[in-house]
Amino acid sequence: MSTLEIRNLHVTVETPEGTKEILKGVDLTINSGETHAIMGPNGSGKSTLAYSIAGHPKYEITEGSVTLDGEDVLEMSVDERAKAGLFLAMQYPVEVPGVSVSNFLRTAKTAIDGEAPKLRTWVKDVKGAMENLRMDPSFGERGVNEGFSGGEKKRHEILQMELLQPKISILDETDSGLDVDALRIVSEGVNRAKDNTGLGVMLITHYTRILRYIKPDYVHVFVNGRVAEEGGPELAERLEAEGYDRYLASA
Amino acid sequence: MTVTDHTQATADAAHSHGIIPDKSRADRPTSFDVDVFPVPTGREENWRFSAVRDLKPLFADEAADGHLEWTTSDLPEGVSLVEVPVDEAQARSVRAPGDRASAIAAKRSGGAMALTIAANTVVEEPITIDLNGTGGDVRGHLLVEIGQSAEATVVITRTGTARYSELVSVDLKDNSGLNLVLLQQWDEDAVHAGEVVARLGRDSRLRGTVVTLGGKVVRLNTSAAFAGEGASVDLFGLYFADSGQHQEHQLFVDHAVPKCTSRVTYKGALAGKTARSVWIGDVLIRAAAEGTDTYELNRNLVLTDGARADSVPNLEIETGEIEGAGHASATGRFDEEQMFYLRSRGISEEQARKLVVRGFFADLIHEIGVPAVEESLMRQIDLEIAHVEEELENE
Ligand SMILES: Nc1ncnc2c1ncn2[C@@H]1O[C@H](COP(=O)(O)OP(=O)(O)OP(=O)(O)O)[C@@H](O)[C@H]1O
Ligand SMILES: [Mg+2]
Repeated sequence: MSTLEIRNLHVTVETPEGTKEILKGVDLTINSGETHAIMGPNGSGKSTLAYSIAGHPKYEITEGSVTLDGEDVLEMSVDERAKAGLFLAMQYPVEVPGVSVSNFLRTAKTAIDGEAPKLRTWVKDVKGAMENLRMDPSFGERGVNEGFSGGEKKRHEILQMELLQPKISILDETDSGLDVDALRIVSEGVNRAKDNTGLGVMLITHYTRILRYIKPDYVHVFVNGRVAEEGGPELAERLEAEGYDRYLASA
Repeated sequence: MTVTDHTQATADAAHSHGIIPDKSRADRPTSFDVDVFPVPTGREENWRFSAVRDLKPLFADEAADGHLEWTTSDLPEGVSLVEVPVDEAQARSVRAPGDRASAIAAKRSGGAMALTIAANTVVEEPITIDLNGTGGDVRGHLLVEIGQSAEATVVITRTGTARYSELVSVDLKDNSGLNLVLLQQWDEDAVHAGEVVARLGRDSRLRGTVVTLGGKVVRLNTSAAFAGEGASVDLFGLYFADSGQHQEHQLFVDHAVPKCTSRVTYKGALAGKTARSVWIGDVLIRAAAEGTDTYELNRNLVLTDGARADSVPNLEIETGEIEGAGHASATGRFDEEQMFYLRSRGISEEQARKLVVRGFFADLIHEIGVPAVEESLMRQIDLEIAHVEEELENE
């Protein structure tokens, strides 16, 4: 049982016009097995929240705390956070030319576990995970995200998540740009991880459609750098009907 | 189709130029007469990025006292390696020297070594020649002659130290194939100026790979001239400059006849405050060279502050009837987003840097086509990266 606790998180970025505060006091707690949908309009700071938890150097934490099972996440380096059990499926996964997917996956798994995986079972695990996500085995020999389509990149993110087995996973718009078939495949992957490892999920999304496939326990409406409203799955239905206008007017 | 693609990703410490020289590349003098070439000052077109001060000993038209120790793999039938006198070596060279250092090398070599592959001989195993310097001034002249329809791979490795200048003449007769790999693995105080001149007969194929990791100053000037139709040349280069190293690679591909293909692909990484690299790629498509297909690329990866990479592609086109002609030059800083992505998967900073740099060079290394060389290069690049880690820690 793991808990990611975000308290009063304030984050700034440097812009040509000066320092800009993007997160303005975020409070959120995610336990193993729980799925929290974070929904909000463009530019409200959802990716900033995701990147800040993962430790992207561009974002400066000016106030607040993030802990995983009581350990101070903000004190950890980027790779230490991953080893502690955090995973970020990125909105725009990065291409790393010349580094093959299979080499990348094995290097990451070895780093996370602190030892190289047993070759025979590892090859089988990768093959099975790729099959589940309908990824052709030839992806193993390609450069990381190199020339992948948008949907392939997202499936590759989920592939990593399933193989690395984090405690808490942040999915930043993993559903955006996917057709229904791909959305279903990716959602199955997330649900498998939840069933198999009791994964806790922060599901950042723009659209309610993915919530038909991945059932949220909680829904948080994210507006202007903080959580504006919280509720159960019914809140998502209301957002679908009404949009974000209500929050933006009062923001 | 004519494509002139000059992409530049600029970085603080990096410089790219797209200057077309005022004179055609074809007008540069070539001669065995040393006096045709005055001592370079650093203001000349072809020396303006060079480490002229360090190269100075190589401009002295004097007898040299040192030599390189030769170790050669067993030569199969049809392959010979013999010494030839200076006069004969000059006569058998495909072209006269194009600068003072190589003119002196050809004059003061004391005799050239000629590696000759007889016509129709196909050498399966790479021929390896190791040249080890034990200090001092060395002048060298090497002839590589590939007979008609012969094929061979030749790997020349330079180690140890010397103040070394050389002329390497590469003669590909019709329909022959040569994979020539030149590895500069000098000790850190070596100074090396070399000129490699290749002439490609009809339907011949040259793959030339240059790898420069060692030495204080290395300046390699490679020219490939097409003498018959249907020939192709692939020139690859890989370099890794640390603090105190100056690595310069100049290329000249001379499309003088129709229907030839050239590809130039050079990649370099730089780390350390005073690391310096220069790449100048000249391609000339003469009026007669219809149906030419050429592309040249130089990419530099700047790993730390202070390092400087100059990259100058020049394309001179004298005919419109070509298949394609393009060039690209890009110099970029280390990509922080790639690092973040890898590290967010638990991979340490050091390991992530290693992956990115290996990835940068991977496709190039696979082009070398000599498995033993490819493997040892990957290991050496890992060592270079370990070096970068030290540099970063000392910052
Ligand atoms: N490096 C940066 N420089 C300047 N502004 C930034 C930077 N990073 C983020 N921002 C700004 O911060 C705000 C929040 O951005 P963020 O990407 O977190 O939003 P988001 O909710 O994820 O949006 P989307 O739904 O479009 O993905 C935006 O106004 C964005 O322009
Ligand atoms: Mg976003």
